[in-house]
Amino acid sequence: MGNLGKQTISFPNKPYIISAYSLGGKKESEGPLRDWFDDCLRDDIYGEATWEKAESKMLKTAVTETVRRSGKGLDEVGAMLSGDLLNQLMSSSFMARDMRIPFLGMYGACSTMTESLIMGSVLVDGRYSNNVIIGASSHYCTAERQFRMPLEHGNQRPPSAQWTATAAGTMMISSESTNEDIDVIVESATIGKVIDAGIKSANKMGSAMTPAAVDTLLNHLEDTNRNLDYYDIVLTGDLGFTGREIMKDLLQDAGLDKKAIDERYDDCGAMIYKPEQDVHSGGSGCGCSASTFAGYVYKKMKRGEIKRALIMSTGALLSTISPFQGESIPGIAHAVSLQSRPKN
Amino acid sequence: MGYLYAFIIGGGICVVGQILMDTTNLTTPRVLVIFVIAGIVLQAFGLYQPLVDIAGAGARVPLPGFGYNLAKGAMEGASEGLLEAVTGGLKAAAGGISVAIVWGYIVALIMNPK
Amino acid sequence: MMDKKAISKAYEKYADSFTPKPTYFKNSAKAFFAGGAICMSAMWFENKFIDSGVSQEMAATYVVIILIVAAQLLTGLGIFDTIAKHAGAGVIIPITGFANSMVAPAIEYKKEGLVLGVGAKLFSLAGPVLVCGITASVIVGVIYWVI
Repeated sequence: MGNLGKQTISFPNKPYIISAYSLGGKKESEGPLRDWFDDCLRDDIYGEATWEKAESKMLKTAVTETVRRSGKGLDEVGAMLSGDLLNQLMSSSFMARDMRIPFLGMYGACSTMTESLIMGSVLVDGRYSNNVIIGASSHYCTAERQFRMPLEHGNQRPPSAQWTATAAGTMMISSESTNEDIDVIVESATIGKVIDAGIKSANKMGSAMTPAAVDTLLNHLEDTNRNLDYYDIVLTGDLGFTGREIMKDLLQDAGLDKKAIDERYDDCGAMIYKPEQDVHSGGSGCGCSASTFAGYVYKKMKRGEIKRALIMSTGALLSTISPFQGESIPGIAHAVSLQSRPKN
Repeated sequence: MGYLYAFIIGGGICVVGQILMDTTNLTTPRVLVIFVIAGIVLQAFGLYQPLVDIAGAGARVPLPGFGYNLAKGAMEGASEGLLEAVTGGLKAAAGGISVAIVWGYIVALIMNPK
Repeated sequence: MMDKKAISKAYEKYADSFTPKPTYFKNSAKAFFAGGAICMSAMWFENKFIDSGVSQEMAATYVVIILIVAAQLLTGLGIFDTIAKHAGAGVIIPITGFANSMVAPAIEYKKEGLVLGVGAKLFSLAGPVLVCGITASVIVGVIYWVI
């Protein structure tokens, strides 16, 4: 029920993203995106007693740094929207306990980054709040023990399995611009529908989420009456190496130009690791797209290297018990269109 | 000769497990359960004993061997009475299970995940 | 209209054509040699015990205990999962895999306490094996008692 077509919201007041922070884990610091993170962890435990605390601290570091870089005081932040993969949003809620910022917990599995970005932009664009901080995190050790198998267990991961990224990304959305040369604005967003393609194996997350990503992308293009080549870059969240290939094929089937797809489309899960890093089908987790959008995409836009970006975090909405009940994995994807605008 | 049979039969049982894990979506715990039950059922029909006679440890060390041990204990107990039939299986496997629990508990307490 | 199940099936087949397959032959070969080696060394230990005057049955139990102790120690040291990554079913199907499946979940749940953390998680994967195995053996025992 957006104001552009069926699913798309256009933001008339063009909220600004005035600062961002991207934090990677140790394995991510060895991947191709290493230079785009603002900082990386030396080890997975991050000086904490448990992995859950470590993930919470990652999010806290990212939020604190984003607020500091925005030049705003903590009391000027009207709301904080963030999420992670853990039960009852442990990492986010425990981070918020220390921050004393009004907090809304978000859950969209790995689609949380764009979900919070959309909701944050709605709050700012609607003038309900002048500054809203949004973010998401994931941690290999916390997600893995909750959703899959214990780390020390001697199971073999099939080649289609993905690796939960240890990473966090946060952004500050504001109604006012900064005095920097280039502004990054949130132009429009498409809220995705839950689509279940019937995949049941938790080791095939990429294939499970791809139909949702295709649906959201096609609806976005239709609602906005744009072609794929309107955007300089189109990124999905964590379809991985396998999902990326399925996505490309399905988009071609839908009649999109092959050249435009090859030039503009990529996937954060396939970008964050090298295939040699033994991650099988690539990265996954909220932090995978969160850190790529808050690092790689945001920085490139700030430099003017990317003018129009469509970012889509993709989520697999399974629970820890749904696979045991024989349920298939529902997927979701939310798209956000970002634009960079130089000040004259 | 015994060693060769142990190698081939033990390795062969593992290959069946590997194929099961690679070609189906069965999770590891399910595969373990299937193998233990398979050992019990085969022994109940007297089919696993010949394998043990040929391969020795090669048939007893893989998980069907654990099932074989449970079933054998229960069957031997059954010749003595109902109570022995119920306790026989666990009695036969008690050594391995007790050590696995106690030593497993100690290891989990003193060591840390890497 | 195809029904929902047919569509899911068709999509899964389509998606699988993009999915890299496990290297079946290589995996099976590795499992064969790893599993065979474990069984062969188990037999060697068993023969040593028998040579020193232990009964066949006791020797078999000792060997199982040795394998369990070794597998759990390697799990604690963080080595077992590295071996299993290559050997696969070769170390999972022997009793070593059962031993590993007890320590692996337990060691991660230390912060959750000695009782409900480590104590409970020791059986989160091995529990089903014990429950199903013991139940089946009791059924077999009772049936044999009846006939």
